[in-house]
Amino acid sequence: MRRIQVLVCSGTACQSSGGERVKKALLEATAARDLLPEVQFVETGCMGPCELGPVVLVYPEGTFYVRVRPEDAAEIVEEHFLKGRPLKRLLWAGAAPQPQEIPFFARQKKVVLANCGVIDPERIEEYIALGGYEALGRALTGMTPAEVIAQVQRSGLRGRGGAGFPTGKKWELVRAGGPPPRFVVCNADEGDPGAFMDRAILEGDPHAVLEGMAIAAYAVGAAQGFVYVRAEYPLAIRRLEVALAQARKLGLLGPRIFDTDFSFDVEIRIGAGAFVCGEETALIASIEGRRGEPRPRPPYPATCGLWGRPTLINNVETFANVRHILLGGPEAFASLGTEKSKGTKVFALAGNVRNTGLVEVPMGITLRELVFDIGGGVPEGREFKAVQIGGPSGGCLPASLLDVPVDYDSLTQHGAIMGSGGLIVLDSSTCMVNMARFFLEFTADESCGKCVPCRVGTQMMLGILDRIVKGEGSPEDLLRLEEIGAMMKAASLCGLGQTAPNPVLSTLRYFRDEYEAHIARRSCPAGVCPNLVRYVVVPEACRSCDACRRACPTGAAQGEPRKGPYRIVDELCIRCGACFDACPFGAVRKLPREEAR
Amino acid sequence: MTKEAVLARYPPAPEVLLALLHELQGMNPGQYLLPEDLELAARHLGLPLSRVRDAVTFYSMFSLRPRGRHVVRLCASPHCHVAGAWSALDELRRVLGVEVGETTADGLFTLELTSCLGACGVAPVMMIDDEVVGNLTPAKVAAAVARYREGR
Repeated sequence: MRRIQVLVCSGTACQSSGGERVKKALLEATAARDLLPEVQFVETGCMGPCELGPVVLVYPEGTFYVRVRPEDAAEIVEEHFLKGRPLKRLLWAGAAPQPQEIPFFARQKKVVLANCGVIDPERIEEYIALGGYEALGRALTGMTPAEVIAQVQRSGLRGRGGAGFPTGKKWELVRAGGPPPRFVVCNADEGDPGAFMDRAILEGDPHAVLEGMAIAAYAVGAAQGFVYVRAEYPLAIRRLEVALAQARKLGLLGPRIFDTDFSFDVEIRIGAGAFVCGEETALIASIEGRRGEPRPRPPYPATCGLWGRPTLINNVETFANVRHILLGGPEAFASLGTEKSKGTKVFALAGNVRNTGLVEVPMGITLRELVFDIGGGVPEGREFKAVQIGGPSGGCLPASLLDVPVDYDSLTQHGAIMGSGGLIVLDSSTCMVNMARFFLEFTADESCGKCVPCRVGTQMMLGILDRIVKGEGSPEDLLRLEEIGAMMKAASLCGLGQTAPNPVLSTLRYFRDEYEAHIARRSCPAGVCPNLVRYVVVPEACRSCDACRRACPTGAAQGEPRKGPYRIVDELCIRCGACFDACPFGAVRKLPREEAR
Repeated sequence: MTKEAVLARYPPAPEVLLALLHELQGMNPGQYLLPEDLELAARHLGLPLSRVRDAVTFYSMFSLRPRGRHVVRLCASPHCHVAGAWSALDELRRVLGVEVGETTADGLFTLELTSCLGACGVAPVMMIDDEVVGNLTPAKVAAAVARYREGR
């Protein structure tokens, strides 16, 4: 073992901020000081705090460097590798050098992500060294399929893709769903805006997913599996391909695995840009090479899936949980979480929060712990307003519900859903009506158009919201929104349409006053909706530079250079925002418009 | 490789349609599908042409119109929107001189919007071909486009 291990995150986020160039610079700097024999470089999957990338973790002491630039390499090598003095200026905002002492990491419980950011995802040996494929071996050589299913059932694992169906129960249904051939499908068509845990797992620990699939295949009696992954995830696809080839080479996939009668192999199927393909029946259609349109259920895929055969469809994170159940036993797995939601859940923290990135926590943790203890709260000078959970299928929960435990049933009860785990923190600068409109625009765009409630309902709701944000709404509009939303939930063909109204309905429930302000006072309280704000010049900040007057197309911005603060005449203003963009001093502010009907 | 040679690598089974279309599209300089590509796929897989067209027009990644050598996809999902994707879009429009859906006159870039790219931790985000560029500011947008203009 070499004296120093350098783990460089090579997840998509860190790559986008220059991770590869950092690694190259570190390598070169290490070589320049003749330290290559002493330093081992490992490219790992996602370590979590994406916004601080590229991140580098140096062992044995575990120093966590953030926002490393290639120019820092020489200094890191000189000071740290050579002289043993970690570079203070690259530590996380004066935090403790070691990850386990940083609150962002300290409150997490990594099970699914245990290998992410630790091993090189392109080397199966590292996965195996940490117990990889041991669970598959135990299942194949020492357990019957029924025993495997019983263990998964006892663990209480529920589907991590959104709906939370009990995983063991699903496996049992597939096994009993009809004679072979049966199929196992991994749903890696992650598309919920704000969710990126499946991508991180595929990029950081692809073998965990393949092992979970193989165990599931043994349990349900399948010989062929498919991973359906989005074309937007080229790195995840590449790592999966590498993992598949390595697993086949070692006989961990393919014919007669572990010298048993069990044979199983996996093919990758790549999507082509359609959000609805994350719905299981649409996904099946897409794997079969057709338009990805859902169909009515029942029959469920458990009895009538791919090519009409019994098919098990689980999400990436669900499969990645499986090996831990067999290794540690179902009781240990179930010791984490709440009564009805066992284990951990990976969340993607994003939005107006200090620490964005990927976090894994025990089920039942409160939103407050997630947003404030782990996420570090909203940035200074802002105020927490709401958290949007579950993407376009989920809802917004206000500050008064921060102490709600995060589990399937509590979230549903309050009008949000666990969903795939996207969690967007919103601060006081967010307009909830605008936010809801934006999510609806997304689902309206992604609606496949097959069933009327979703195709027409999303358009009708969007039309109403468009009027409201322009200041042309009427009080009846809110009732119409609720009426159409309820109809869509009841009558849409698939989950996309059934959940599409949630962002609107939940904001109507908790932020109705904002909708009413848009309608009754034609005012956007957050100062976001362009038609419903007024622009004012803050006199103290104005340097009378004339930029706003020159930018203004209607002569509403008035004043003379260097002769005192400018002003904006509201009656002439068309709210184009040109002055706001033009002001180099931030003296033009957007305020809610106050206008009585 | 000729298109016939590519076809020969695919079994004549309808399930390979999407993969085949991806590959055929990638072979054409304009990264789009020609009418004869659809016919080739239909004949090889024993499918009616309508069925192939049906799939092509359903998925947003297939194009029936020529695109630039590089496809710039800006994420327009709610989260990137909140994080300021609109100013990145303004800058893309400015440096490329085209609107969304259009291709630059030199045939180098096509500007598209996309749903979530799954890199929300570094929002706002765009992809140029297979490269993800995150934490976009107008300056970063301009620099990334310039890099591709100079041939990376």
